[in-house]
Amino acid sequence: MAASTTNGFKVIGTRPIRHDGVDKVTGRAKYGADYAFPGMLHGKVLRSPHAHANIKSIKIDKALALPGVKAIVTADDLPKLPDKMEAAGEQAINLNHLSMNILARGKALYDGHAIAAVAATSSHIADEALRLIEVEYEPLAPVMTVEDGMKPGATILLPTLRNKEDGPDKETNVAAHLQFKRGDVAEGFKQADYVVEREFKTAMVHQGYIEPHNAIGIYNADGHATIYCSTQGSFVVRSLSAAVLGISEGKIKVVPAEIGGGFGGKTTVYLEPLAVLLSQKTGHPVKMTMTRAEVLRATGPTSGSTIRCKMGATKDGKLVAAQCWLAYEAGGFPGSPVGAGAMTILAPYNIPNILVDAYDVVVNRPKTAAYRAPGASNAAMASETVLDELAEKCGIDPLDIRLINGSHEGTPQTVGPPFKRIGLIETIEAIKNGEHYKSRLTGPNRGRGVASGFWFNVGLQSSATINIHTDGTVSLVIGSVDIGGTRAAQAMIAAEVLGVDVNDVRPTIADTDSIGHTDVTGGSRTCFATGWAVYEAAQDCIRQLKERAAKLWEKKPDEVVFENGMLSPAQPGGDLKPMSIKQIAPRLARTGGPIVGRATINARAVGPAFATICVDVEVDPDTGKTQILRATIAQDVGKAIHPAYVEGQMQGGTAQGIGWALNEEYFYDDRGILRNTGLLDYRMPTCLDLPPIETLIVEVPTPGHPLGIRGVGEVSIVPPPAAVANAIYHAVGVRMTELPMSPSRLLKAILKKRAAGETQAAAAD
Amino acid sequence: MANKVIVETTINGDPVELLCEPRQSLLEVLRDVLELTGSKEGCLTGDCGACTVVIDGRPVCSCLMLGVEAAGKNVSTIEGLATGAALHVLQRKFLEHASLQCGICTPGFLMSAKALLDRNPNPTEAEIRYALAGNLCRCTGYDKIVRAVTDAAATMAGRSSRTAHGGAVPAETASGMVSEMLAKGEDK
Amino acid sequence: MHAITYETPKSLDEAVKLMAAHGEKARALSGGTDLLIQLRAGTRRPEYVVNIKNIPELTRISFSLQHGLKLGAAVPCIEIHENGDMRKYYPGLTEAAHLIGSLQIQSRASVGGNLCNGSPAADATPALIALGAQARVVGPKGERMVPVESFCLAPGRTVLQPGELLVEFHIPAPERRASDAYLRFIPRNEMDIAVVGVGAALTLDMSDDRVVAARIALGAVGPTPILAAEAAKSLIGKPLDAAAIDNAARLAIAASSPIDDMRGTAEFRRHVVGVLTRRTLAKAAERARE
Repeated sequence: MAASTTNGFKVIGTRPIRHDGVDKVTGRAKYGADYAFPGMLHGKVLRSPHAHANIKSIKIDKALALPGVKAIVTADDLPKLPDKMEAAGEQAINLNHLSMNILARGKALYDGHAIAAVAATSSHIADEALRLIEVEYEPLAPVMTVEDGMKPGATILLPTLRNKEDGPDKETNVAAHLQFKRGDVAEGFKQADYVVEREFKTAMVHQGYIEPHNAIGIYNADGHATIYCSTQGSFVVRSLSAAVLGISEGKIKVVPAEIGGGFGGKTTVYLEPLAVLLSQKTGHPVKMTMTRAEVLRATGPTSGSTIRCKMGATKDGKLVAAQCWLAYEAGGFPGSPVGAGAMTILAPYNIPNILVDAYDVVVNRPKTAAYRAPGASNAAMASETVLDELAEKCGIDPLDIRLINGSHEGTPQTVGPPFKRIGLIETIEAIKNGEHYKSRLTGPNRGRGVASGFWFNVGLQSSATINIHTDGTVSLVIGSVDIGGTRAAQAMIAAEVLGVDVNDVRPTIADTDSIGHTDVTGGSRTCFATGWAVYEAAQDCIRQLKERAAKLWEKKPDEVVFENGMLSPAQPGGDLKPMSIKQIAPRLARTGGPIVGRATINARAVGPAFATICVDVEVDPDTGKTQILRATIAQDVGKAIHPAYVEGQMQGGTAQGIGWALNEEYFYDDRGILRNTGLLDYRMPTCLDLPPIETLIVEVPTPGHPLGIRGVGEVSIVPPPAAVANAIYHAVGVRMTELPMSPSRLLKAILKKRAAGETQAAAAD
Repeated sequence: MANKVIVETTINGDPVELLCEPRQSLLEVLRDVLELTGSKEGCLTGDCGACTVVIDGRPVCSCLMLGVEAAGKNVSTIEGLATGAALHVLQRKFLEHASLQCGICTPGFLMSAKALLDRNPNPTEAEIRYALAGNLCRCTGYDKIVRAVTDAAATMAGRSSRTAHGGAVPAETASGMVSEMLAKGEDK
Repeated sequence: MHAITYETPKSLDEAVKLMAAHGEKARALSGGTDLLIQLRAGTRRPEYVVNIKNIPELTRISFSLQHGLKLGAAVPCIEIHENGDMRKYYPGLTEAAHLIGSLQIQSRASVGGNLCNGSPAADATPALIALGAQARVVGPKGERMVPVESFCLAPGRTVLQPGELLVEFHIPAPERRASDAYLRFIPRNEMDIAVVGVGAALTLDMSDDRVVAARIALGAVGPTPILAAEAAKSLIGKPLDAAAIDNAARLAIAASSPIDDMRGTAEFRRHVVGVLTRRTLAKAAERARE
């Protein structure tokens, strides 16, 4: 296992100190909220106290009269944009929906929906001004669940929303229905000896990054604007802000600050256009930051969902058919990750007959955004627990049933061409052969569960430039913001190719005017795609270095070789001594000027990721509380550049998955008002809630990538909820079908089982 | 206009006289008045610990204290943790163990860990986890943070740490730690 | 946040005068870990914020086996936990104080503030009630003693009148073979607000181990913390066996009136009241026998 064809590296695979490390342990690193500018004003957003309401009027006179208040904007201050999919920079998006999410136009669609924004001389004055804005609402019935949204006669959120199936005349809350099919499921189930079918519900959950959203807008009288913010993608902020504000993309410069976590949630815009708009109105820089309550109420959590999953297997554990139905909450505007849920739910297995239906449903909740392998954890909760039940019915070890059916090179995907070389089987084997799975778990109310997960990963566009300094050190400029140590990984790739010390590479993350287009840090793409660009930029440097050496040596470039960091003549002999980059660097001016290596890429050949996890739990049967005793995750990462940060990604995803499994949920009351708007009651795991998370790095190189990188950021969040559910079953004998598996829910299930047992025992008497 | 007051306090060992509004939190005073932006705002409700500073030897959420309350106190922030250009052992260990990903929670964790080690130079893993429970990290799952603090304590005491970077914790250590945690929970 | 005026009285006298002068416009600031959140949310908007942490009576712990405990209302929870007498003689109250939030919170938050905030889920309150604590309240009209079980009126509302200040708690000296315990249920292992909290204090007979005195108090299962008098009374004169404990747990459940909310359902809370009453009694008894 752990097949690796990329041995022999000097830098890749080591664990150097990250280049931004000292700044980040001394408090010197500047995150978005840490910037300040002379004359800066502070902006705040007024938010809807209703889940669903028509906005009859907004009166701002009293608020404007408060000393220190400089400007107030509403949706009327933004251009009205077309209600259809349009290009915004590189992506297609419904700009009208995007704009209406930033400031509600006519209708508030969720508790916390932005209504107006204020700029004032202090944040306290801005807050006080919000209290003076008078909004007249006409409350409407809130639609909080996919079931409510889909039922005939449901209250309609968006009067113009239509779907293909229902045609142009029918108002609906169902934005899309997707269907994926292979074989004939009816025939398939006939071959099954065992069929398990269950319905699951998963709660809306938030990414939970510790840094709230922030933005500083600086609008200049010449029509140019600069935005400082903490984002996963500076170029996305530029194109979306430009579109919402109706100004040309080239007139906006986005300076990405350090970012305090994102997990997909900082891949769109909320405050950025407002800060620019308020700056335009006032002539001052305007800084906006969200409170935690605003983050929870009004940014982009991921969908709650209802999923039905039916799977059939023969006695020997061979899966023969699977049928799934998924409906995901999109939030107030279309665009849940249900498509990804539908395409991932069966991806780990080779099943001849499948039918998957998926529905994207608008509800009166915040518009969902990406969250680490968006849509896949919900889906895996269903399929991976149903598979556990089938394994039990077949009398087969739960890892073995995964080995029997596991996808490998050549297995058809739900959509698209068959898989190329992938590492699912290797992750299952890593768990199976690992010390954890082999160890005995003893003690009452303890159980062990396993699950696997799949995520596509993405490629997309990246740019990199490398400047060689006269002292032989290099600066590396990229556009991918560093959310988890990727500066170090990129510098390592450059150092590896150029044969220089990793500490002689200084990585910089540039603003949108200073580097070529680079897509978001997300989709597990940064090491894969930006790393590929860095690799190519370093190759570009080498090509140029060879030319310069050739010039010095009066040879042709192809008569120079570069190996182990040394330039030398291809034909040995003579008195020409090999040169390192340090040696040739001072002579660049005389050979034609500086060397800048460049590369841009739109990376294809994406390597899909798989992970398998093993979790031990102990349940308190009197309170329903679950303690995670031990967790081990195996993940195919292709090639681990900086193993410590690779482990970190695996551990972080597992921790989020455990939070999702046990305690995290959006809790709305019957009026559609979010009740848990703080981190006291939105319960993310603390240090005391998690064991040391053990990691098994599996390296099955991605075909086509020069370093075999697959991307590591996301898939680890996919299997944990299902694995915890399976472990709970093996601990106390109840099959949980709802997330989170909070003490209340689990205790109810335990007591129900106990009561049923007593009834049975009484009947037997 | 607001009724600003003069506050005399000590910050990172230096006497400081500052002017602030009574409604400004210590966190606002540090960040906006003194431009010490190393202490971070994560929640403003004392649930995340990103704004942790040490006051008279105790960890405190600077978002839940008024700036005027700092009068006469000794306030330590992340900006004062290193000595000149030399990092504190905790800072060094956080880097060596890759204990930070995005880094926004790091200053708060370092200050909590500093307060812990100043009082208890030889904490158990359960004690470390208890002392850090008021600091949320969403990136790491805490494992590498706990390792760094364990290693820092050992280094400061001149011992070698029982866990090197990376790799899996031996099973008995892991389950022992969990039992200790459970026992501690039981104890309450 | 709205603008405030900050006052720092150095004596009880000065504080009482300030509180009396500003009446409803003033709010005492102890640890501030609830008050600052409320000020920011706009749920309390006092014009005057009176820091009471520089007043000797409010910031001291004085204990003797003869006279019992006087616990200043503004003593930070961490100092309670660090006090050897507190840990030895009032372990239940001490553990309750040590459960309030993180160490960062405990460095500031006080038992008095916990009570005055008026939350039914306050961890320290059931522990205080179980110990029979009296609250010493001083105001413009003089001073009065209020049993802690009578202190809270409704969520966020207490018996404190405008201008009144909670100064300290008076708690009787522990008898021999007596102890207390406090347990709460939370979904995580730290940081949460109690979904259910149960405090119990027991005195056992020197010779036959029967229950001589008992008090049981419940948190987070009604609009205010609850003294479960019937449950405690049922134990008197009996050995603390499984049947007696089960019976007390049943009566404690009967005394509770929980609601459904984001922290747990009413059904769940009732069940856990029973579970925690059993566990807390067992723990208090174990300590009493030590």
